[in-house]
Amino acid sequence: MKVKLSFLALLAVALIVLFLFIHLGPNWDYALPRRLKKVLAIAITGGAIAYATLIFQTITNNRILTPSVIGLDSLYMLIQTFVIYVFGSMSLPSTNKQLNFFITVGLMIAFVGVLYKLLFKREGRNLYFLLLIGLVLGTLFGSMSTFMQVLIDPNEFLIVQGRMFASFNNVNTDLLVISIIIIALVAAYSTRLGKYLDVMSLGKEHAVNLGIPYDYIVKRMLVIVAILIAVSTALVGPITFLGLLVVNVAYQFMRTYRHSILIPGAILISIIALVGGQLIVERVFAFETTVSVIINFIGGAYFLYLLLREKKA
Amino acid sequence: MIEVRNVSKAYGGKPVIEEVSVGIKKGKITSFIGPNGAGKSTLLSMISRLLTKDSGQVLIEGKELSDWKSKDLAKKISILKQSNHINLRLTVRELVSFGRFPYSQGKLTKEDWEQVDEAIAYMDLVDLQGKYLDELSGGQNQRAFIAMVIAQNTEYILLDEPLNNLDMKHSVQIMKVLRRLVEELGKTVILVIHDINFASCYSDYIVALKNGKIVKEGSTETIIDSAILKEIYDMDIPIEIINGNRIGIYFS
Repeated sequence: MKVKLSFLALLAVALIVLFLFIHLGPNWDYALPRRLKKVLAIAITGGAIAYATLIFQTITNNRILTPSVIGLDSLYMLIQTFVIYVFGSMSLPSTNKQLNFFITVGLMIAFVGVLYKLLFKREGRNLYFLLLIGLVLGTLFGSMSTFMQVLIDPNEFLIVQGRMFASFNNVNTDLLVISIIIIALVAAYSTRLGKYLDVMSLGKEHAVNLGIPYDYIVKRMLVIVAILIAVSTALVGPITFLGLLVVNVAYQFMRTYRHSILIPGAILISIIALVGGQLIVERVFAFETTVSVIINFIGGAYFLYLLLREKKA
Repeated sequence: MIEVRNVSKAYGGKPVIEEVSVGIKKGKITSFIGPNGAGKSTLLSMISRLLTKDSGQVLIEGKELSDWKSKDLAKKISILKQSNHINLRLTVRELVSFGRFPYSQGKLTKEDWEQVDEAIAYMDLVDLQGKYLDELSGGQNQRAFIAMVIAQNTEYILLDEPLNNLDMKHSVQIMKVLRRLVEELGKTVILVIHDINFASCYSDYIVALKNGKIVKEGSTETIIDSAILKEIYDMDIPIEIINGNRIGIYFS
């Protein structure tokens, strides 16, 4: 396990160094800080998504779910589309990144808050009921976004379209600092609950039997997931696609149930995938494609390989 | 001692358990029997806090269930439900080690591992301890889960149909282990069981439920009786005494 983790850490560091120094050129004092900022944004969002997806799968006891089923991604797109539809792309909420960030994060967390209120108001509602409502609302948000996108000016639509994909290319420095602080605080808080994760993955009944305050933990964990997803989405755009892949690759690669190993593993794999993907986007495809396409392609292929290998064994 | 007082539970307005009161004696095996839908599993789940009760009280050592800290309760009472599908790839030893969580909160000490090894030996799983759960048969799996409960080392052990899907040999093996737990380690075992003959041969007390109410309770000899079984199951079940055990002939 230690060997595998060190290997991942080394690979991640190597990719980051490569990303920072490849074709640096004479104007390094201009390029290097920009690249550093980009790498930092990648590491923080990649880590947050991996961690959020892993604990989300643990509390739902399901390896094919991602936090995007609560509808946060669609809500993000709805907010962006709505702002441009109502105020136009040149308006303050659209151009001022800080304002946009806080509106988006605020609304996303408020949305999850309302969802939880609905769920936990009455006892006996199960977690899947929350997911179902989230899924339905997510679809609704998606349809509403599409509706507005059809109505707006084609030039405005291009701006909306630009926000449909995660991008690390012009991350705002102030927002990056704020995001890092929020994510670090949330992560620090969640380590208190970390010891429960292994037992939570046995399922509700075993967890309760082993003396875990199940509902308390689930509520806290869902809030943590929502904050992490909201912050990283508001910072770089919809990026939850990454989580499912990265966490499953971490499970296959680390071959353990222990979250103390899975968590760093998934975070490192996520950083490797994003930095590697970004490197390919920039150096091989010269920004012709997006990092999501690269990651889905390579990650999907790797995942298929793992499954096929397992079938043979 | 576990005392259940006027406990009720309804699912969507339909009562499943109505005003049930029962006392569970320490150091004995108590079996819950009754037809399907009688509320046996629901009652067991409420005693073990897996399900919340709509009204009434469950007292464990004189203290109401909801007043116990979940962590402390996990050292007092353990429950094993009938279906135990786990999504993780775990070895038998890893699974059994989870039983020590209430004591160690995940950081197992040498003492904890000794208890794990003891539990594995107790369930005769030493040869299988390195195997993954998905490589085991149904009976071996069931033994692994019981070993986890033994490692949890609680005074009260609650089992929901532990013989479900097991053949005769494994059923007998598990019932014998439960008997040993009671006699050697002084545990109190409560189980939901369908086969009245297993209940008759291995339990000290029997509580019979029907339509969410207790119809009869008492020592095994008094309950395994044609007239009483007729009341519970609406079936004529002649009782024969074979090797000192009361056996119900319910096949025809």
